[in-house]
Amino acid sequence: MTNLEHALRDSAPPADATAAATAARRVAARAAERGAADVAYAIVPSPMGALAGVCSRRGLLCLSYRVERLDGLLDSLAGAVSPRIVESPARLDPVARQLEEYFAGRRRQFELPIDWSLSRGFARRVLRATADVPYGTATTYTDIAGRAGSPLAVRAAGNALARNPVPIVVPCHRVLRVGGGLGGYAGGLERKRFLLKLEGALEG
Amino acid sequence: MPLPPFQRFLDEHRDPVWRFLVALVGRQEADDCFQETFLSALRAYPRLGDGANLQAWVLTIAHRKAIDSHRGRIRRPVPVADADPGPAADDPGRPEPELWGLVRGLPPKQRAAVALRFVADLPHLEAARVMGCSEAAARRNLHAALTRLRKEWR
Repeated sequence: MTNLEHALRDSAPPADATAAATAARRVAARAAERGAADVAYAIVPSPMGALAGVCSRRGLLCLSYRVERLDGLLDSLAGAVSPRIVESPARLDPVARQLEEYFAGRRRQFELPIDWSLSRGFARRVLRATADVPYGTATTYTDIAGRAGSPLAVRAAGNALARNPVPIVVPCHRVLRVGGGLGGYAGGLERKRFLLKLEGALEG
Repeated sequence: MPLPPFQRFLDEHRDPVWRFLVALVGRQEADDCFQETFLSALRAYPRLGDGANLQAWVLTIAHRKAIDSHRGRIRRPVPVADADPGPAADDPGRPEPELWGLVRGLPPKQRAAVALRFVADLPHLEAARVMGCSEAAARRNLHAALTRLRKEWR
């Protein structure tokens, strides 16, 4: 290599990770703001630990307790929904705000559009029926199976609830076993108990 | 391999694209070009085939935006009272190495050839792909650029 080539390498603009990161954040924010991104996500705080929230153009798509699995979740959404995915706390702001009100006991109902496209058929009917279970009450897997149109499909209803993409907002924690057993919960039974107590549906 | 979520693509390529643009257009213009590069990339993103070379693709867009920005700058009227510092000078707080000021004075293709070689570290074939020319043309551009810089430098 000649002197000139050495000099070109040595005096080339250095990497500037800070400037690049700032510029990238602005790209993501603008993409979300202008609707150029189809999917936006952000980490949302909660008293039960951080949640990963994901919105599509239609509404809330996922709320996940498994923040450590966010990469895998986004990979599958890139295939199932759209690869135009950006991180945007601003787009998740309504979700974060309503969750904060809910956990502070100031909100009993979420007013958030939900994108149901990740579930279909019976599973979707189960989730929709669950969305109608009122704050502070509890129902059973059997009841939900019936309301979704298949009273005998209790196990299938349980499976659909276990895969609820939007827990808390679609309140699958309000669905218990006949006889009062807690049943299961994707976020762990501690969290199910926490939510039921918060709503006054379970004695502290 | 299926396309990664755009955010991951952005995070993986932001550093090399930023550096490439600073080399081509200077620190001040780099930010606008960076925004336009990735916003254009986002629009076209879902149409990319599986297994596309994402690095070459985004550098191609950045290269185009740098050329547009350069054209825009030439068209823009030069302020009379406030003398245009020219392409060599940039952020007054951080004087730029003189040599890269000279690079920025090269014709666009030569400038890109130098930046792709000495900043992005691309081999001739990849550089040619980014510039949309043959490998031979990429070599010629680089050669012409180095010949000219050798005369102007020092």
